[in-house]
Amino acid sequence: MTELPSPDLTLDCRSMRCPLPVIELAKRIADVAPSGLVAVVADDPAAATDIPAWCRLRGHLYLGTGEPVDGVPTYLVRRSR
Amino acid sequence: VANSLRGYLDAASTEPLHPAAREILLEAYDTGWADPARLYGSARRARLLLDNAREIVAAAIGARPDEVSFTASGTQAVHLAVLGTIAARTRTGRHVVVSAVEHSSVLHAAASVPSAEVDRVPVDRTGLVDPVAFVASLRPDTALACLQAANHEVGSVQPVAEVATLCAERDVPLIVDAAQTVGRLAVPDGWSVLAASAHKWGGPPGVGVLAVRRRTRWRPPWPEDERGAGRVPGFENVPGAIAAAAALRARLAEAQELNGVHTPLVDRIRARIPELVSDVEVVGHPTRRLPHIVTFSCLYVDGEALLTELDREGFAVSSGSSCTASTLTPSHVLEAMGVLTHGNIRVSLSRTTTEEDVARFLHVLPDVVRRLRASAGVDRL
Repeated sequence: MTELPSPDLTLDCRSMRCPLPVIELAKRIADVAPSGLVAVVADDPAAATDIPAWCRLRGHLYLGTGEPVDGVPTYLVRRSR
Repeated sequence: VANSLRGYLDAASTEPLHPAAREILLEAYDTGWADPARLYGSARRARLLLDNAREIVAAAIGARPDEVSFTASGTQAVHLAVLGTIAARTRTGRHVVVSAVEHSSVLHAAASVPSAEVDRVPVDRTGLVDPVAFVASLRPDTALACLQAANHEVGSVQPVAEVATLCAERDVPLIVDAAQTVGRLAVPDGWSVLAASAHKWGGPPGVGVLAVRRRTRWRPPWPEDERGAGRVPGFENVPGAIAAAAALRARLAEAQELNGVHTPLVDRIRARIPELVSDVEVVGHPTRRLPHIVTFSCLYVDGEALLTELDREGFAVSSGSSCTASTLTPSHVLEAMGVLTHGNIRVSLSRTTTEEDVARFLHVLPDVVRRLRASAGVDRL
């Protein structure tokens, strides 16, 4: 597995309930340049399904999970061009 | 139709009692109250009525009457199906294959078996298992496989006949949860053990159906009991079984007509919702589906708020979103399909649903979603 570059933006969505992590991601994705990498730290169990689904609906690239932060899962999203 | 049934779009949770069953249920408390296991007149009458109910249900699911028992619920039927089949096959092994989108009663029953190893077969985006992939997970120590006839949350109809043939070739019993299907579509042949639930077809609550093929090995997982043909413990709910059979007979007689109403109404909902509401995902298979269920998810909307607002507008629907579940976890069905779990709504048409109900729902929904998005400040995302 190739190592991922460090994220251009990390969103701390801990203790946010669904659909808030996805809303936060949608609000902030434009803060990175096209092809930029966003990491979403979210402990809501729905994020594991909803972040990849949102990427599919919005045409962004879901890269999978990254390094957990204090045991909380991180989801990596590459902004579309 | 009573006022409380206007806007009732949650038939997949439960159908109101079928009118054809109401009189019969009340009557059965007078005619079928005695102990069907005894040998005097009133007991023989109860036995006769119970046998007649069993025959009606057996014919509806393509079983022999002696293969059918009535249980206390659909969930109990599933528990007995899973646990009784495993109990008879301990020498084969403890490996269990289930689809990832089975009803929670199936998953919980499988998980409750000590030292069982449960494999969940993935589904595609529409909620369907691939028969070849399903059967590829069978092993020499597989005690049983479980595949629903159709999914309870998104309506997709599983390839049961194909899977049944492949399971039979490998001598693995197939348990089919047909709770959403019986009374609406023909149950595919080839199952070894079948479970169903009367209140889903308009029968009374408290009546489930367990059918075990004669050639299928099955052993009571509970302490032995001579009731229910040795398969279901306890004194039979004879009036409930009689009413369940009456409801099923009535429902089957009108199934074609109802499906002819429901199928185009669901097609209309599936087609119109993406036109009327932005950022919405309609899920489940578009054609290989139950006639009465349609499910969709609205981006950025809280599922619980959506339910509450629709209730205020007079609509009873359900949701697979995590905020509406007691466990605060999203529906395992939506998860397995990889579709949005938030802002989720399941609409399921009852035999009392009219075209007007659907038209009004389609009229009300866009504004409800717009309001919720505006109040959350996500309307321009």
